[in-house]
Amino acid sequence: MSHSTEHIDNTRTAVKSPNPRLKNWNIVFRKLKKNKSAVVGGILIILFIIIAIIGPYITPYAPQTQNLVNKLQPPSGDHWFGTDNFGRDIFSRIIHGTGLTLMVGFFSVLLGATVGILLGIVAGYYGGRTDSIIMRLMDILLAFPGILLALAIVTVLGGSLVNVVIAVAISSIPVFARIVRGSTLSVKKLEYIDAMRALGASDGRIIFRHILPNITSPIIVQATLNIATAILSASGLSFLGLGAQPPQPEWGAMLSEGRNYLYNAPHVALFPGLAIVAVVLAFNMLGDGLRDAFDPKTKE
Amino acid sequence: MFKFIIRRIIQTIPVLIGVSILVFSLMHLVPGDPAQIMAGESAPKEQVENIRERLGLNDPLPVQYFNYVSDAVQGDLGNSMRSGRDVTAEIGARFWVTVELAFYSTVVAVFIGLIAGVVSATKRYTFTDTAIMIIALFGLSMPNFWLGLMLIQWFAIGIDLPAWVPFISDTSWFSPSGWGSFKQIVLPVLTLGTGSAAIIARMTRSSMLDVIGQDYIRTARAKGVKERVVIYRHALKNALIPVVTVVGLQFGGLLGGAVLTETVFAVNGMGKLIIDSIQARDFPVVQGTILVVALLFVFVNLLVDIAYRYLNKRIDLD
Repeated sequence: MSHSTEHIDNTRTAVKSPNPRLKNWNIVFRKLKKNKSAVVGGILIILFIIIAIIGPYITPYAPQTQNLVNKLQPPSGDHWFGTDNFGRDIFSRIIHGTGLTLMVGFFSVLLGATVGILLGIVAGYYGGRTDSIIMRLMDILLAFPGILLALAIVTVLGGSLVNVVIAVAISSIPVFARIVRGSTLSVKKLEYIDAMRALGASDGRIIFRHILPNITSPIIVQATLNIATAILSASGLSFLGLGAQPPQPEWGAMLSEGRNYLYNAPHVALFPGLAIVAVVLAFNMLGDGLRDAFDPKTKE
Repeated sequence: MFKFIIRRIIQTIPVLIGVSILVFSLMHLVPGDPAQIMAGESAPKEQVENIRERLGLNDPLPVQYFNYVSDAVQGDLGNSMRSGRDVTAEIGARFWVTVELAFYSTVVAVFIGLIAGVVSATKRYTFTDTAIMIIALFGLSMPNFWLGLMLIQWFAIGIDLPAWVPFISDTSWFSPSGWGSFKQIVLPVLTLGTGSAAIIARMTRSSMLDVIGQDYIRTARAKGVKERVVIYRHALKNALIPVVTVVGLQFGGLLGGAVLTETVFAVNGMGKLIIDSIQARDFPVVQGTILVVALLFVFVNLLVDIAYRYLNKRIDLD
């Protein structure tokens, strides 16, 4: 696009949407559309959502139907991904598990992000003692490496998919709190916040109407990337037998069952793993793309 | 520098206290009576009461916490309910296995990650760069427990290759389980290190690109300094500073990741100990092991901060 047309284009969007925030979103969206990897990631995610919604109605077999005569069959025309140790169709089970996986990722991030955002914004906005208490608490949660905190929480709550969501959510709180606190600190310094305060706006109004809408970009990026890690952690916990319980068609749990048949039926572990890789990859690709798109330093 | 180290150590004290409270609470947050759980569901009342008395569960919580911490500081983390052995002894036997696993994985990850990152940065926007970054993205997105199983399938169980493949007929080169010999170490280390290698590669690439874009590199090039010298002596040295932090954090993070890797490869480290103990509801061991891993992680982070400060004196970590 030549320089002059781009200029006209910009004015046109400006006329269409007088709200500067909307204009920024347009720029982000344009950058995102040009990023091939992000587009592929986005399309994959939409595809997985469609599979999760309509997939269960069109799978060739029911996910729980056992057929012991046909157990551990390699992939074939009848069973695209083969069958497991109970003769269940792995392809159908993976399709049925898609919604489970997406929901676990989405809800654990939704829960973790909501709490983390509130804590971070309060810490950043009020500062002082409130800030140090909240952030020290976050440091304590961060002192447990990787999956360990979620593991400890699941130990307390007991193994189930809902508890896995809670556990993964709690372990993602500090990440959001830190990012939001940092962004809040930088927005808080801006003059218009002082102006709002001088006009007598309440803290709640300033936080939710004026700070939060201005720090959405790092939150969106982090949330997208975090869905990827949440899916990995949750499937890891299920793999360890602490999450989804059989016969739920959860991918991590399916992989765990496949462990025992690596010698004669490696496909039982192969396909659920590939499914996890595909979903996680999609969220990582979109997340990376969003980060670049929100970064004012990267060119359109 | 000395002042910084002291201040940084003081800062970790509240974290350590918080971690100990959290780990202590683990047993008390589990639904049900810990003494009953330990004794078993059908145990007679006296036995449950005995356990309660022995563990001091009748004391008020703050007293229990104080006792737990003062015992822990002296190296007493209680006794395993399964084996009756000292928890400290149980952990002691496995501590170095996990540290070794995390350490070797970090070394492999740094080696692969640095080379991949530098190559990617110097060949920016070429096919090589794209290929490396796609592989890194895969590395980042793979569940390591799945990678472990696949590596076992390919390189421990072995794949029968068709006859036209020269020299190799099958690929069962390494051992699928255990820890100690070279054959046993290779697969777990690769499994655990892959994700970190990917992170380090991405970090190194972006850090190198930042540095290469700076004025002093252009000056060095303008003066006619050889490209290799520019890259390795001038750029890499400065690009490595942020990478050091990532490497340190990775090592710490791998201590947590070891839980899954050790389970897949039946490596008798702290990670597998945690899982086995959770399944056996052996809470003293779960508590003790999680405490030790968290303390180790905090300690590593402290060292990383000090190293970062030492390498980059301009930064002020308040």
